Amino acid sequence: MSYPADFKYTKEHEWIKADGGNATIGITRYAQESLGDIVFVDLPKPGAELTAGKTFGSVESVKAVSDLYAPASGTVTEVNGDLSTAPEKINQDAHDAWMLKMKLKNPAELNALLSSADYKKFVAEEGGH
Amino acid sequence: MRYLPKSPADRAAMLKDIGASSIDDLFAPIPTEYRLNRDLKVPRQMAESEIVDWFRERSRENGENHVSFLGAGAYNHYRPVIIDSLISRGEFLTAYTPYQAEISQGTLQSIFEFQTMICELTGMEVANASMYDGSTAAAEAVMMAVRLTGRRSVAMARSVHPEYREVLATYAFHQGMPLATLPFADNGLLDLRSLEDAITTDTACLLVQSPNFFGALEDVEALAEIAHRKGAMLVVSIAEAVSLGIVEPPRHADVIAIEAQSFGVPLTFGGPYCGVIATREAYVRQMPGRLVGQTTDRSGKRGFVLTLATREQHIRREKATSNICTNQALIALMANIFMTIYGKVGLKELARHNLAKTAYAVEQFGKHASVLFPGAPRFNEFVIQTSEDPYAINSRLLGHKIVGGLPLKKFYPKLGNASLWCCTETSTRSMIDTAVGLVAESERSVNGTREENVEEVAR
Repeated sequence: MSYPADFKYTKEHEWIKADGGNATIGITRYAQESLGDIVFVDLPKPGAELTAGKTFGSVESVKAVSDLYAPASGTVTEVNGDLSTAPEKINQDAHDAWMLKMKLKNPAELNALLSSADYKKFVAEEGGH
Repeated sequence: MRYLPKSPADRAAMLKDIGASSIDDLFAPIPTEYRLNRDLKVPRQMAESEIVDWFRERSRENGENHVSFLGAGAYNHYRPVIIDSLISRGEFLTAYTPYQAEISQGTLQSIFEFQTMICELTGMEVANASMYDGSTAAAEAVMMAVRLTGRRSVAMARSVHPEYREVLATYAFHQGMPLATLPFADNGLLDLRSLEDAITTDTACLLVQSPNFFGALEDVEALAEIAHRKGAMLVVSIAEAVSLGIVEPPRHADVIAIEAQSFGVPLTFGGPYCGVIATREAYVRQMPGRLVGQTTDRSGKRGFVLTLATREQHIRREKATSNICTNQALIALMANIFMTIYGKVGLKELARHNLAKTAYAVEQFGKHASVLFPGAPRFNEFVIQTSEDPYAINSRLLGHKIVGGLPLKKFYPKLGNASLWCCTETSTRSMIDTAVGLVAESERSVNGTREENVEEVAR
């Protein structure tokens, strides 16, 4: 599997793509593969506050429900409405099926996250690819 | 699943494998002062014939051929014979929870049918595979509203079954949820004026029962309008399921919590009964209990499975929607068979009989006692108020093998000598006439005595 170089990654398998003071987040290909067929995504509404490292929602597959952890702190500006009717888009292309867009409170937080290479190494250690 | 006992040899091998020398070793972590070091005090063994005799004697202690006018959450309806003959089939009677869909298609299909019929009766989009009973179903439905709205307070009508309210109070106490009890008006229905002020921006839901504890039908549409306007949900509890045969279902409710005991479940001294929660599809992920879904296998054949199990305890324990993690499959099957046998035409006719018998009883009792809450539409229960203490009346009725209505003083002290009576399709005209006659007689003698006393004083 490949992991885009312009994304940053968390150990909880979320990705975040920064664009100035804003960012887009989602879950990685490895995450969707581990979860299996995704049937439901529970996301916050625009205006909600996210705190780095804290849960902000959950993703439900046929076999499990996993919490989603915020890669960075900020305010939700937009939520991907496609996922409420077609959550399987995450399985089809997790790096394209973004979950929400946010305004970053502290862009420097991203420096502490994993790069594409580091994440790939981390996943290999977990037994994935 | 087979249940085979272990032989002494099996036990010895197991102990050897885990490195214990005896079974007592396994209890070593329990401090000696807590360990029982004598045999349990149980009666001596009995021969099979002695056991049979013992149960025969106990059953002789039961009353026989009594007629009952009790309702209040447990209803005496006729149970078609086919119910017991079907549910006692081994495949149903001894089946376990259908976790393995591939060997449980029969169980799953019957639950799916049950859920579907409940949706058809209530007008809701989804129903679960059953809860323990109406009281916990109501409390769990309220908890759903709390989670869905994110608000903490709950308002409940005083006209809801007192014991349902007690159950909810237990949940509320331990969850730190403020619980407000709203009064009923002179017609026995929830007082709409008190409602406007009682529902605040912190109110998660309003809980009402319809037909309510007094047998009267609440104005669900008006209650829903007020609750929804203030951002609160409406939870409607239905204790007498047969009412759904003729009463418009509470479509304006967000969650409906039902006691399905009336659908072919025997009274059996209070349980096991069968609760159900029915709601809109949007709320399904907050609904506790099991849910059976219909799907197709890889050959395209129809099959049934337990779906949305991800809300259950074994998959996300800390985030489970309830600690009640089971259902009443066998009891729900009784309800399923009952609903199927009666069908929508039969259920309506059944409800009509209940309505007619009750109307007759109300008319007759009304000639000798005061029938409370006139003016409110009622189903098969009503409240009368007598001069004599209803406990005394009931003692006298019992001598004639009649179980009288439930005295309400302990639940509603201000109603004085009120009692709650229920007539179902099993109530006969002669039984009603006899009960009315006895109540009339006692009223005459009590009132007559009073008049004599008054005359004495006057003289």
